[in-house]
Amino acid sequence: MAKPPASIAELTEKYGPHPNYVPIGGWQEQTSNPADHLVKTHCCFCGQQCGIQLKVRENHVIGFEPWEDFPFNKGKLCPKGVKRYLQSNHQDRLLDPLMRTDTGFRKADWDEALDFTVRRLREIQAKHGKDSVAVFGGASLISEKSYLMGKFARVGLGTRHIDYNGRLCMVSAGVAYKLAFHVDRSPIQWEEIARADVIFVIGANIGECYPITTDYIWRAKDRGAKLILADPRMTPISRNADIYMPLRPGTDLVLLMGMLHVVLRDGLEDRDFIAEHTSGFDEVAESVKSYDPRSVGERTGVPPETIERAARLFATAPTGVAMHSRGLEHQSKGVENVLALINLTLATGKIGRPGCGCTMITGQGNGQGGREHGQKCDQLPGQRQLTDPAAREHVARIWGISPDELPQPGYSAQEIMNAIHEGEIKALVCMCFNPVVSLPNADFTREALNKLEFFASIDFFLSETARHADVVLPGSLQEEEEGVVCSGEGRVCHIRKAVDPPGNARPDSEIICDIARRLGKEKYFPYRSTREIFDELREASRGGIADYYGITYEKIDRQMGVFWPCPDLDHPGTPNLFEGGVSFHHDGKCRFVVTEWRESGDPITPEHPIFLTTGRVVSQFLSGAQTRRIGGLVDMYPEPRVEIHPRLAAKHGIADKDWVTVTTKRAAITLRALVVSTIRPDTVFVPYHWPDKKSANMLTHRTIDPRSKIPEFKVSACRIAKAERAPEEEL
Amino acid sequence: MFGYEFYVDTSRCIGCQACVKACEECDTHRGVSMINFDYLDRPNTIETSAFVCFHCDEPTCAMVCPADAIKKGEDGIVQSSLKPRCIACSNCVLACPFGIPKLVPEYEQMVKCDMCYDRTSVGKKPMCATVCPSQALAYVRSEDIPKLRREKAINEIRFGNEVVKTKVFMMVPQDGEDRISLDAADYMWEGEPNEPGTIIAR
Repeated sequence: MAKPPASIAELTEKYGPHPNYVPIGGWQEQTSNPADHLVKTHCCFCGQQCGIQLKVRENHVIGFEPWEDFPFNKGKLCPKGVKRYLQSNHQDRLLDPLMRTDTGFRKADWDEALDFTVRRLREIQAKHGKDSVAVFGGASLISEKSYLMGKFARVGLGTRHIDYNGRLCMVSAGVAYKLAFHVDRSPIQWEEIARADVIFVIGANIGECYPITTDYIWRAKDRGAKLILADPRMTPISRNADIYMPLRPGTDLVLLMGMLHVVLRDGLEDRDFIAEHTSGFDEVAESVKSYDPRSVGERTGVPPETIERAARLFATAPTGVAMHSRGLEHQSKGVENVLALINLTLATGKIGRPGCGCTMITGQGNGQGGREHGQKCDQLPGQRQLTDPAAREHVARIWGISPDELPQPGYSAQEIMNAIHEGEIKALVCMCFNPVVSLPNADFTREALNKLEFFASIDFFLSETARHADVVLPGSLQEEEEGVVCSGEGRVCHIRKAVDPPGNARPDSEIICDIARRLGKEKYFPYRSTREIFDELREASRGGIADYYGITYEKIDRQMGVFWPCPDLDHPGTPNLFEGGVSFHHDGKCRFVVTEWRESGDPITPEHPIFLTTGRVVSQFLSGAQTRRIGGLVDMYPEPRVEIHPRLAAKHGIADKDWVTVTTKRAAITLRALVVSTIRPDTVFVPYHWPDKKSANMLTHRTIDPRSKIPEFKVSACRIAKAERAPEEEL
Repeated sequence: MFGYEFYVDTSRCIGCQACVKACEECDTHRGVSMINFDYLDRPNTIETSAFVCFHCDEPTCAMVCPADAIKKGEDGIVQSSLKPRCIACSNCVLACPFGIPKLVPEYEQMVKCDMCYDRTSVGKKPMCATVCPSQALAYVRSEDIPKLRREKAINEIRFGNEVVKTKVFMMVPQDGEDRISLDAADYMWEGEPNEPGTIIAR
C-alpha cells in the first residue's frame, strides 16, 4: 500500500518544496569568491534547449552567464533559464536513499535500498508475471538515460509496460507527423520561422512557454511577415498578431477544416505541389466541403470573415510556417487536429522550401530526444516501431538477446495508471515523472498509487509522486551527468557535466545499471559512462528514422549541435527535412489524411456550462518539482489563479482576487480569481503546475486520444461559483 | 561598447521578466533588480513593459540631488548615487520623470541602472539586453537598427512642453498604427442575434 506515510504538511516541512533564493554562501560570497570556471551547457527546462554557461566553484553551481555564441538563442534566456542554477545546492535535495516507515521516511544505505527494491520486484514478478511491473520515464532525461530506461524495462525487467511523461506532451504531433511524413520531428530548423512571410500559430502560448521563439517571430515581422493567432486566450504575443481568432476550446479541428474549405473554394491551393508531392488530396477536399465559414463560425465562435481572411492570408503568402503545441494536441482528437493543420500546409504547398513548414513546438527539455530511443511503449531506438520484425531483429542483436525475448508494446502512461488502479499492474519504478501533479483526475492517480504493492522512485527532490514510494533513490540533476538532448528543432545538443551529485546521491544512469546488475542482468548493462551508453545508442539508432550514428559529443561541440538524421561520421546533419517536398514515406509523397470531428470527452452541459482549459505560466515548468523550489520564480506567480472574463465574473458576482470554486464532474477546487478580458467569456483557465488542493488536474478528465493516448487537458466542462472563504490546505 | 546603443521597445515585451531576474544576478547589486517592470493594466490587456534607466542628457535626478551624489560619466551613463554622499532623501526617486531610481532601504542609498558598467567596460552587452528573448530590451550597433527594425528610434521624449533628451532610445511606430481592442470578446462571433447555435453562457 503505497500511501504517503505522513501528512502533506509534515512531508512538506521536511522535504519541501522550499523556495531557494540565493546561491550557496549567499550573495556576498559570489563577489568575494567568484566562479573558478564556466561550463557551456543547456537549460534543464523546456524543449528550446537554450545554450547557457553555468558558473562553477568547487563542485557547486553558483550562477550563470549567457552563452552568446550558441546559435539558437544567442545568449537569450527566459526567467527559468536565468534562475535554473538555484536548483543546485538546494535544501530539499535528497542526499540519501529513503525507506518508508509507519510515520515517514528513514535514511538507508544504498545496499539496503537497492536490495529491497530488487527483492520486491522479483517477488512481484514471480507471483504476478513480468508485466505486473511498470516503468515510468521522462522527457527531461538526457537521451542516454531515456535509452537506458527502455532497455532496462525490456531487458532488465522483461516487462512490456514502459512509458514516459512525454505521453502528456508530444505524442499527438508524433502520430500525425508519422502518418503524414513518416517521421516524428519538426521538419524545419527554427531559422525558417524568421524567413516566413506568414506565421500561423494555433494552440501555442509562445511568449510564456517558448519565450525564445518570440525572437524568430519578431524578426519575421520586421521583414513584413503577418502573424495569425488562434487561441481561446490572448497570450502575450497576441497584441502583435495581424489576425486573432479566439476559438472555443476543442473546436480547432473545425476551424482548420474551415480554413481549408476557404482555400479550396477560392482555388488558392498549390495544384502543382499537390499533384507532384502528395497523395490523398481528393478525399480530404471532399471532407471539408461542408465546412463553410458560416457554420464553422457558429461552432468555433470565430467570425466567418476572420476565418476567410486568415485562410486567404495563409494561402496567398509566398512562404509560411504553421506552428502548434499542446493547445492543439492536448485533446481527445489531438491527432486529427494536427493532421488538419498539416493538410492546410500541404494544400498551400508550404513544405520543403525555405521559410516554409508545419512545425510542432516541443515542450520538454529533451521532449524530442526523449521520445526517439525506446522509452515510449511502442518504440525501439532510432524511432523504430516495436512491432516491426526488422527493427526487433536489429535492436535485439545490439542488445545481445533474441528478438523473441523483446516484449511487445505495452500500455501508455495513462493506461498504466488505469491498470495500476485496476490491480493489473502491482509495482512501479518511476524516474523523472510526477503523475500526481501532471496526469488528469489527480484523485484517481493518488488512489492508484495507494494500491501499488511496491513503488520505487528515483528523484532528486521528494516530488508529490515520490511521497507515495516505498523506496526513494536519490538521483541526479541534469548538470550532474554528461549526455545529449535533442531540441525542438531537431538539433542534438551536448549536455556537459558541471558538478557531481551531492552527498550520497548518485547519477541516475548508475542507479538504473545497479538495479539491473542486482537483477542478474549485469552483462547487458556494462557501461562505465554515459558516453558508452551513447555509443550503443548510436549503433541501435543506425539505419532507423532518428539515425544518430554519425553524431559524437565532439562533433556536436564543433558544429554547435547536429540535426538528425546523421547517418555517418562525415555527414553534417539535416537541419531541414523534406527538401523539395520529399517526405520520409517510401514513395516520397506527403500524405493528406482525412480528419473527422468528434465531441470532447467532457462536453459542456447545462450543469457544467463553462469550458475549462489548462496550461502553463512563464515562471513555472511542468509539475513544478524544480521550479516551485526556486524563489525568484515562485514569487512571479506564487499560486494558481483562475482566469475569468469580466462578463462571466459579473454574472457570478466575482471580483478580482475573490475565491472561486471551479467544479467539474471529478472534483472541485477553490482558487483566487484573475479577472481579465483576455480570455473568452465562456472559458476559464487554470495553470497546472501545483499539487493537491491547488491542482488543475484535480479537475481534468482521463479521456485520451485513441491513437496518441494523450489526455484531453485542454477541454473540460466546469461550473464556477464565488467561494466565501479560502480552501482548507490538506486534502 | 563603442557604437552600441540601448533600445527599448515595449510593444515587443512578452512579460517574461527574464530581464528582472537576470539583473538581480549582477555582482554589484546581487539580489536587487534595477529593471522597472510593469503590467500596464492587467484586467484589460496582456501588455507589459520593461524599462532600464533612460540616462538623460540633463538628468533630473542629479539636478534635484541636494548632496551632489549623482554623477553622469563621459560615456553618458548616469550612475547610482555615490555612497559616501547619498543621504537617502528620495528627491531623485520623486523627481525622475520615468520613475527609475530606487531607494534600497538596506543599502541606505539610491541605486539605479548603470547599464551594466561591469559588463560594457569589458566588451559585453548589458545583462538585461543579452537575455531578453523578445527584443524588448536590446543593445545593438546604432547603424544596424534601421536594417533590423521596422519601427523608428527616438530619444527625445515629450512631457507636455518639456522635451527630455536621453541616451537610451525608444522604438515607436513609423507612422501611427490603428488602435486595437484588447478584449477577447470583441473578436468573437456568437451568431446572429436570436439565432440558435449560441448556447454558451455569456
